[in-house]
Amino acid sequence: MSEHGEVTGNATWPDALYDLLRANDVTQFAYVPDAGHKTMIDRSLADPDVHSISLTTEEEGVALAAGADLGGARAVLLMQSSGAGNCINMLSLTVGGRFPLLTFISMRGDFGEGNPWQFPMGQATQKVLEAMNVIVLRADHPNEVIDVAKAAITMAYQSGLAVAVLLSQRLIGAKKF
Amino acid sequence: MAQHKRIQNANLPEATLDRRQAVPALIPNPHDFLVIGGLAGAAQELTAMTDDGAGVYGLGGAMGAALGMGLGLALAQPGRKVLAVTGDGELLMNLGTLATCAVLNPGNLRIVCVDNGHYGETGNQDSHTGLGVQLDRIAAGCGISTVHTIHTEADMAEGRRLLEADVGLCFILLRVKEGPALRVPRSLDPAFTRNRFRMALLGKA
Repeated sequence: MSEHGEVTGNATWPDALYDLLRANDVTQFAYVPDAGHKTMIDRSLADPDVHSISLTTEEEGVALAAGADLGGARAVLLMQSSGAGNCINMLSLTVGGRFPLLTFISMRGDFGEGNPWQFPMGQATQKVLEAMNVIVLRADHPNEVIDVAKAAITMAYQSGLAVAVLLSQRLIGAKKF
Repeated sequence: MAQHKRIQNANLPEATLDRRQAVPALIPNPHDFLVIGGLAGAAQELTAMTDDGAGVYGLGGAMGAALGMGLGLALAQPGRKVLAVTGDGELLMNLGTLATCAVLNPGNLRIVCVDNGHYGETGNQDSHTGLGVQLDRIAAGCGISTVHTIHTEADMAEGRRLLEADVGLCFILLRVKEGPALRVPRSLDPAFTRNRFRMALLGKA
């Protein structure tokens, strides 16, 4: 992993995760950019068969995913843990409407964080999501990302639940300060 | 004193249209669209105009969702026209989505904002637009190339044309005076309306 918390070229799980999502018919990739999601964002921008949707705030993506579901499409929401807080009331739509939601959240304020600004939201991310009845799974090691993602895909798109996968700082690397 | 002052450079004519006539006049064929109705007047109105039709997903909460939902739906259903109807209060809550819509530029999405300048559900407080903020200029500034504002009946025909014609993404600001929306009883169960919408469109819940 790089100094900047950016997954480096020799990590294979980001490409494998993108391929897994595409193999499961995800066609809308919505995100507020984050270094931990760089590979998936770049892959979506280069993929003529998907919509790559840069959001101004993460809650837009929660609404977008519900709209995609109404139209029979699958969306995924990529964000940093700070964005989870921006989603809370919008999750009323997801949970109340029993819309599927799959989100991958790259963590800050987590394992090895050196910027104290990141801790309040980073440490609250799982709690606030669970308070809104979002199921939270977590990946700490490269060799578990795909298994966790497969479970989350089934829970979201087959069972129709809201599922967040936390990609820990141990996995993606802590940004250096 | 704590009164809000109108923004000085906003020189808009007084809104005169009654939404109960103006919204149906602008959207005479709501069944031609897949519709997202935003909180709360827009959802009530489109539900009433379609006799509680399955092709309307009306919000009863999650304020700010209408445009994002419309965008996701429009991208998912490129062969259908999608209409997102929202209000000034809801749109102000998530102005950034106008920018996201402009960037994605789905040609099948139509956005209507019914602007009564007030928070009609909560005691009729002035909204920012009631004090002079101009959402049509914000939409144009986001890069939505077709923006039309309806101040009076004379502006209505062009609005209808833009909704029906093959003009691509457009934003229509419908300025109305304060007052109630059309209303019929509707389900406030968001999962029921989701399943109903999907059954009608996709044949599966």
